[in-house]
Amino acid sequence: MNFGMEIVWWLVPAALAMGAGFLIAFIWSARNGQYEDLETPAVRILFEEESKNKKEQIDAAGRTL
Amino acid sequence: MQQVERFKYDDGIVRKFTIATLAWALVAFLAGIYIAFEMAYYKLNFGVPYITFGRLRPLHTNAAVFAFAGNAIFAGIYYSMQRVLKTRLFSDKISKFHFWGWQLIIVSAALTLPFGFTQGKEYAELEWPIDIAITVVWVAFGYNMIRTILQRRVKHIYVAVWFYIATFVTVAVLHVVNSLSIPFSLIKSYPVYAGVSDALVQWWYGHNAVAFFLTTPFLGLMYYFIPKSVNRPVYSYRLSVVHFWTLVFIYIWAGPHHLLNTAVPDWAQTVGMAFSVMLWIPSWGGMINGLLTIRGAWDKVRTEPVVKFLAVATIFYGMATFEGPLLAIKSVSEIGHYTDWIIAHVHSGALGWNGFLSFGMIYYLVPKLWNTELYSKRLANVHFWVGTLGILLYLIAIYTAGITQGLMLREVSDAGRLAYPDFVSSVTRIIPLYWIRGVGGLCYLGGFIVMLYNVRMTVKLAAKNPGDTEDEAVPYQAKESTADPHGGFSHRILEAAPMVLTVLVVVAIGTGSLISLAPMFASSSIVEANYKAQMLKPYTALELAGRDIYVREGCYTCHSQMIRKTVSDVLRFGNPSTIEESVFDRPFQWGSRRIGPDLARVGSKYPDLWHYRHMMNPQEVVNGSIMPSYGWLFKDKIDYAILNKKLDVMKSLGVPYSENDVETAEDRARSDAAKIAEGLRADGAQVKDDSEILALISYLQRLGGAK
Repeated sequence: MNFGMEIVWWLVPAALAMGAGFLIAFIWSARNGQYEDLETPAVRILFEEESKNKKEQIDAAGRTL
Repeated sequence: MQQVERFKYDDGIVRKFTIATLAWALVAFLAGIYIAFEMAYYKLNFGVPYITFGRLRPLHTNAAVFAFAGNAIFAGIYYSMQRVLKTRLFSDKISKFHFWGWQLIIVSAALTLPFGFTQGKEYAELEWPIDIAITVVWVAFGYNMIRTILQRRVKHIYVAVWFYIATFVTVAVLHVVNSLSIPFSLIKSYPVYAGVSDALVQWWYGHNAVAFFLTTPFLGLMYYFIPKSVNRPVYSYRLSVVHFWTLVFIYIWAGPHHLLNTAVPDWAQTVGMAFSVMLWIPSWGGMINGLLTIRGAWDKVRTEPVVKFLAVATIFYGMATFEGPLLAIKSVSEIGHYTDWIIAHVHSGALGWNGFLSFGMIYYLVPKLWNTELYSKRLANVHFWVGTLGILLYLIAIYTAGITQGLMLREVSDAGRLAYPDFVSSVTRIIPLYWIRGVGGLCYLGGFIVMLYNVRMTVKLAAKNPGDTEDEAVPYQAKESTADPHGGFSHRILEAAPMVLTVLVVVAIGTGSLISLAPMFASSSIVEANYKAQMLKPYTALELAGRDIYVREGCYTCHSQMIRKTVSDVLRFGNPSTIEESVFDRPFQWGSRRIGPDLARVGSKYPDLWHYRHMMNPQEVVNGSIMPSYGWLFKDKIDYAILNKKLDVMKSLGVPYSENDVETAEDRARSDAAKIAEGLRADGAQVKDDSEILALISYLQRLGGAK
């Protein structure tokens, strides 16, 4: 190890830990069924009609499915 | 069985962050334009230290990144996250704390940077008390976000939210790791890392700050606001998921590409280079995904200013992420590093990607938030075209400047000599381009002022008290329970737990191991013994005082202290810098831009009197120099009294000072300064024994002589 480079003993494990964290998050998200449906989520966000204190504009059906 | 719940989104907090975005954008743009003209005409600081380039440049970058982009991110995240998750933000109180805390941090940055309170590390200049405040407010933001995700009414977490989570987690770890320092006064501190370690940590942070503050959150916003503005689903949701996970796995390793051809060991450079090239693929996957979302709705680019801004922003993202990996290749970096090429690269990202995406988002948000129509689409179109013209003027001028200077500085004749031995000739050549850049900045600002007027009128014509948007949704657990006999509240908690756990574990591992490990590297007796074995000589008290002045004035914004292993660098500045030479440098000052020459071996090159005259009036000794006069260094007094404390802190960090060195620091510095002053007076200069210039000269004369 070059003199002054001791820091990599910290940086490499830190980066690996972050990578591992993301890996766990990925495995969780896959197991959780986050990617079972890759069509609806993209469309669903388009169906949120905004209304400011106006009930009649709200379309209750189907929005959260 | 299915219970429809009615609830309101917190629109008030989004309005607050939107207004803050606009206000701070103005500050960032004005500061940027001012320093741009200071480069074109060096006298524009009018001899005032607080508005000199070296001090204002950090103010500009911090305002652009953390104030303008930061507030834009928070506005966009809080708006979109509530809607895709079908829930109000977890806590109005935390949201408010987040908002006011962040504004307070920005104000304290604006009040400290011009006065020279800086850590001297790019994009991490803010001093330790502000760093602590940033950590607190950032964690509040993250906590608010995670709790909001946990109380969501939609099972699926839309891809944008994943980008937001990655932003929170990574920035938290990066910020804490890079900002660790030991205070020696109420405001000032020394970093726990030195030299090459500091460089690696800083660019690990610096690169990922760009990645996780200016890229991932904005990609999340892109994945929400582009589909919404064209009313089309994202081109490929599958691709967006692949984009996210590949990006977060690759980004974290690319940092050393900021240190190519330097004293950093080759293997580390190669790791950074390889991962940077890999980034091409996810970046372009995301860019194409964003653009293709507009397919079938391209007519909206013609008619809708929002779509115009978002589409062009995405194109700039594509250009910047094409160029980034290119610049991260050693041979390209040899030309681009230390030149305006890098400045052009970041501005294509900042003005084009972050700026235009924020503008597009705000044009989309303001009518929704104030429950009205935009005052004038025509004015928004004017903004778009004037802004685009501004970006083009800026980029064409500064790319040309960077490549011109890069090629001039590296050109070696057949006889093996430098074609342009005078460094300053490479600077005077590009001055006309600096004027064009300034005009480009003014155009960008002009367009923005049109936007301010447009937003002002929109809000003025809207009804007072716009209130919160109401919505309703069915909690997803309730729906699941019909299919899943084990469903119910406890199931909800269990299901959410892994994600919280992940986030907390990453933050905990990151900060925890750091706090336990860092001091080990920093202050162990092994380090001290190593210094002694290698006969390395730490800075004298006066040199250290001078070095702190060098950091305070932001000299690193124009001068590097790192001679690369390239032919032209060695011919021009001397032997390549080694990592031993900066072991006492807290912070490291390798720099990232050479508007003036490298200073790593400037020590003993000129007599003291030369430095005296140069700092007083640079043009007197270097014809054509664009460095301003540092007249105040001749009037301001060295703070001798604090030197014992400074050396004491350095000693605690492992620098091999003896007890005697610490106790006599002040006296020694005084006698060293008196010696330099005597010499200067013998040469006919007028100087007092406690003038700051003496400390600076003492530091500059030491550079290159660590051994």
